[in-house]
Amino acid sequence: MSSLGLYNYWVVVVLMMSGLYIVVAHGNLVKKLIGLNVFQASVFMMYISMGKVAGGTAPILDESIKVYSNPLPHVLILTGIVVGVATTAVGAALIVRIKRAYGTIEEYEIEKHEIEEEETNAAEGLTCF
Amino acid sequence: MLLSHLPALQVVLPLIAAPICLVLHHARLAWAWAMLISWSAFGIALSLLNRVLSEGVISYHIGKWAPPWGIEYRLDEASVFMLVLVTTIGVVVTTFAKESVEKEIVKEKIHLFYTCYLLCFAGLLGMSITGDVFNIFVFLEISSLSAYALISMSDDRRALTASFRYLVMGTVGATFYIIGVGLIYMATGSLNIADLAVKLPAVADTQTVRAALAFLIVGLSLKLALFPLHSWLPNAYAYAPSAVSAFIAATATKVAVYVMLRVIFTIFGVSYVFGTMNLGPAILSLAIMGMFAASAMAISQKNVKRLLAYSSIAQIGYIMLGISFATVTGLSGGIVHLFNHALIKCCLFMVMGCVFFRINSTDIKDMAGLGKRMPFTMAAFVIGGLSLIGVPSTVGFISKWYLMQAAFEAGSWVIAIMIPLSSLLAVVYIWRVVEVAYFSPSPDGETAIKEAPVSMQIPIWVMVAGIFYFGINAEFTLDVARRAAESLLGGIVL
Repeated sequence: MSSLGLYNYWVVVVLMMSGLYIVVAHGNLVKKLIGLNVFQASVFMMYISMGKVAGGTAPILDESIKVYSNPLPHVLILTGIVVGVATTAVGAALIVRIKRAYGTIEEYEIEKHEIEEEETNAAEGLTCF
Repeated sequence: MLLSHLPALQVVLPLIAAPICLVLHHARLAWAWAMLISWSAFGIALSLLNRVLSEGVISYHIGKWAPPWGIEYRLDEASVFMLVLVTTIGVVVTTFAKESVEKEIVKEKIHLFYTCYLLCFAGLLGMSITGDVFNIFVFLEISSLSAYALISMSDDRRALTASFRYLVMGTVGATFYIIGVGLIYMATGSLNIADLAVKLPAVADTQTVRAALAFLIVGLSLKLALFPLHSWLPNAYAYAPSAVSAFIAATATKVAVYVMLRVIFTIFGVSYVFGTMNLGPAILSLAIMGMFAASAMAISQKNVKRLLAYSSIAQIGYIMLGISFATVTGLSGGIVHLFNHALIKCCLFMVMGCVFFRINSTDIKDMAGLGKRMPFTMAAFVIGGLSLIGVPSTVGFISKWYLMQAAFEAGSWVIAIMIPLSSLLAVVYIWRVVEVAYFSPSPDGETAIKEAPVSMQIPIWVMVAGIFYFGINAEFTLDVARRAAESLLGGIVL
């Protein structure tokens, strides 16, 4: 297979790596969630590409259809997409609640709040003794 | 008629019960419903255990579609062992949850709590029972998504960030897992575990399969919190509601370990993973690093729940250590420790639930004088702690003994010595709590006994009884673990 024949898989790898990079590199929680989505989308593409048979058509039970694509990975990834949507929904709901609780969705600011909280707790502990 | 469908009912029952729980819309009613379902699931698991031990492997075909095309539920010693473990913990924690949840979660949300709880329960059972790698992914996500929601129900706002971090790491782990599954599907055209075990050797020497193994191992290591991939765990356990900590600490990572066992031993086979790919030393060194590093971090914690969470990471290290030997003794040591650690951690996190119930904190500094004020609860903590250290006549001793024996068998006395050595670190962190609770006076001079409610005490003492029972009479657990290990190592028995 020529390198152009693997075009889909090159896209998969690029999307996968950029998605993972966004998750790691960005401090904004919404951006992290988007990165996660890009990462998952790459997997959807991988599954869809692997089911494709060259020259094949849709898998319909008919005499005239001889070559057809493998429908199983496509069906699997429908489940995968549903899982992805559910994950995004839960993540987005969490971000809304984080925004309400901390007033920010930037990771470093949240960390600052948490450290302050810990320090005030520790100070209270000292005055106790 | 109904009896032959027990494997399906095991998962379907809690799965259908969850939306019904949502409709009930009443705190007490939802709890009673969850209680009924967890007891039924427990009964089903016991009867399945009985059948597997007497008749051997059960293969159940969902919708009568024959495998490898249809989804197969496959029950051997290892999977039925997980079912019994998860349902036992389910029954115990549901009993405990009633009072604990009423205190920690607002009344309007309690039925939502039990809905998520049942979903998580169903997901974990599904992961243990199914014989289809993609089905495992679906159940993994059901259990994880409900776990994120459960963790975020806590009052503490840090639970929200902990839950979000868990969501990001957990999703990356699960996505790695399906990338791996996709790659082995490309190579073999099958998703059924038993079928994969037959087809994989023919294509094992390809880049695709090697990459698949890498993705699967890394993804699952994230899920089970193997040492360098554990960063989501401490905060998630520390800030979750008490009942959730007890349930998730005892089951979620353990079921992920079980899936890892399936991938390594059943799908790829021990000779491929530990022979051709030689992953043994890598897993071994990460496990040992985890045992020491996580125990050391546990020592410096101020919050006891966080301390216990770090200790959990160390205990995962012990389990993976047993697995990395890839011998019957090592593997059964790992599996026994999986069971024993679930008992211990469930007990200890429930103790912390009781402490939080009375003093609204789980910080060590607030626990001064608690040994006098909550004598039963703290006694259970001491027993759980001793078991974590591995004192004879408790379960912790049995599994560490077995792991040491496996290390000697593998001819490595250095590793054998590291096991009790890292247990010494457990002595230190358990002692820090015991010292404050028993040997420093309570700040306001209060000594009146103020125990947690009986319905929270009973589950704790059931676990304590289990810690002693399986610590003195370990024949049953060891026998099941050994048979599970033999069936895993012997490849698939068709």
